[in-house]
Amino acid sequence: MLRILVIEDDPEAASYLVKGLSELGHTADQAADGQTGLQMALDSSYDIMIVDRMLPKLDGLSVIQELRREKNHTPVLILSALGQVDDRVKGLKAGGDDYLPKPYAFTELQARVEALARRPKSASQVETTYTVGDLTLDRMAHSCRRGDVEIPLQPREFRLLEYLMQHAGQVVTRTMLLENVWEYHFDPQTNVIDVHISRLRGKIDKGFDTPLLHTIRGAGYTIRDAVH
Amino acid sequence: MTRFTRFTRTTAFKLSLLYITVFTVISGILLVYIAENTDHLMSEQVVQTIDAELNGLSEVYVRGGVRNLVETIDRRTRHPDASLYLLVDFSGNALVGNIARLPTMVLEEADGGLRRVRYTRLGVDTEDVERQAMVRTFELRGGFRLLVGRDLGDQLRFSNLLGNALRLWLAVVVVMGAITWLFVSRRVMKRIDDISASSRAIMNGDLSERLSIAGNDDEFDRLAINLNVMLERIEILMQSMKDVTDNIAHDLKTPLTRLQTRIETALRDAKNEQGYREALEATLEETDHLLRIFNSLLRIARIESMAPGTVLEPVDLNKLVAEIADLYEPLVEDEGGRLDINLPDGLMADCNRDMINQVLVNLIENALKYGRPEAGDLVISLSGRIEGERVILSVSDNGPGIPHKDLDRVQDRFVRLEESRSEPGTGLGLSLVKAVARLHGGDLRFKNEAPGLTARIDLKPVTPVSSGSNDGQGNAAGTRS
Repeated sequence: MLRILVIEDDPEAASYLVKGLSELGHTADQAADGQTGLQMALDSSYDIMIVDRMLPKLDGLSVIQELRREKNHTPVLILSALGQVDDRVKGLKAGGDDYLPKPYAFTELQARVEALARRPKSASQVETTYTVGDLTLDRMAHSCRRGDVEIPLQPREFRLLEYLMQHAGQVVTRTMLLENVWEYHFDPQTNVIDVHISRLRGKIDKGFDTPLLHTIRGAGYTIRDAVH
Repeated sequence: MTRFTRFTRTTAFKLSLLYITVFTVISGILLVYIAENTDHLMSEQVVQTIDAELNGLSEVYVRGGVRNLVETIDRRTRHPDASLYLLVDFSGNALVGNIARLPTMVLEEADGGLRRVRYTRLGVDTEDVERQAMVRTFELRGGFRLLVGRDLGDQLRFSNLLGNALRLWLAVVVVMGAITWLFVSRRVMKRIDDISASSRAIMNGDLSERLSIAGNDDEFDRLAINLNVMLERIEILMQSMKDVTDNIAHDLKTPLTRLQTRIETALRDAKNEQGYREALEATLEETDHLLRIFNSLLRIARIESMAPGTVLEPVDLNKLVAEIADLYEPLVEDEGGRLDINLPDGLMADCNRDMINQVLVNLIENALKYGRPEAGDLVISLSGRIEGERVILSVSDNGPGIPHKDLDRVQDRFVRLEESRSEPGTGLGLSLVKAVARLHGGDLRFKNEAPGLTARIDLKPVTPVSSGSNDGQGNAAGTRS
């Protein structure tokens, strides 16, 4: 369960968010303008903040900048109707951790919020080995094993699996993969990511009893041990 | 505004007025300076002559008495261009001289001062002639008074000459001013008026008209050429706006209508929750498609309104293309094709990484959708090379190509050659590529290779200052951390 602060001035969008997040078992508070939002963020501790860019009284980017100046490092997901690459860069420069252009699918938001919450707080917290079921990825040795079998991976496949395993148990969307593994910021019209996933699946799941890499329909992918 | 004020407000009038004023003042100052100086010089000469004569004559008187003086004066008056002389005794009777008439008081005030007087010359002038002279009176011992003077006729004539010259000057300046005005208003102002009149006409009417160019390559031609370029840009913008509006009306209306129909049908026919759910899912898909179209349109509009200087940076094209190929290779292979890369080492261009990525993605996806050959495997090749002063990036396939008549049309917004529109897509991909190419100072071009189609854009090669902008990036990254 996460404590989430939603700073969004449009009542309909805000209640949609709060309701959706509550249904997922999170606690969501809402602030309708930048000043109130900043005050709430500084007064109590939240796990995640979802901040709209255009807000009355104090705009979203200023809220984040102010927050960072106060040494508050709560992960922030910026929501914005401005979805161009340079807007995104501006948002991340201001101290945002992720940027989601409106309109967005709720599954996309959910996946990103959960990814942000699980993000390691510092470099020392980054694990060197990821394990899901009997699949192990050694980041130092750049090797991957399933059970006793050594699985050879291309560099890109390695990074793809690394990102999936870093977010094991969570849903990871295609856009998130494109942004984090390939560092591209566009919507591909073809199923370019799916092909990479199916190749990876062919390497880590094919010939094994339990599949680990699952497709979540309408959302994305997840890697998890079937037992859990 | 009266006719007169409109006339006085013209630049031609103001220019001529300025011309006249400046020249009058300059020539006025010059003439006054000359007049003052010559007057001064001539007066000096007159005074010196008078003093010398007086000295000489008084010496004659001292040495030879009045008789000798009278003789000397008499002799001197006979010279041509003689000075003025008058010798009177103590009772005022003239003894000798060449002055017929003179204000009497001049002789009475024999203080040796210089005076300017009117006089009449003896033996030359009739009674009514008056001349001007500079005179000095000197009292000799024995009650005689001697007056010596110089006629000022030359000096006066010279002043007259200068006065005439000034008047002539003024006349010339005014005439020249008028000629300037005529030239300026006829030639120069007329062309400006022509240009403003035709631009007004163009604004009011047909944007496809252009200003006329005289062909003598002067500043007005340059102005007209620039205005024509501006007009062309405006026309293109107007046209593209009109096209977009038309296309939005056409292409967004269709999915919107479909959406409406689906909602209406669901409201009327859906019997159970399953029915509503299906209808809602279908509408959601439709809205996703609509949003994608809107996003693409916004993106294109944004790129078209960007200033190139602010978004371009040196980019390593080998790396960029390799990364895109890395992303798309599996997909192309799954489709039974091959992705070839053909770039010379170290190919760099001044471009926007994100936009060029998007361009390559759009072109590759197009090749995947439409570039499949009827027989054999699909081969998509990404190539780059330097051609003249541009860097060419191209994406080729070995498919059927595009019918010749459609080569230009495919770049327009919402144009999708495949009438059935079974493939997903917004029809905006190539418009975006074109907008990006234009932002980079180039264009998108297609060529039928038979077999296959090549789409190419041209970019600016990296200029030598690239190391500076790399430093800039380094700094920006540094401050962010």
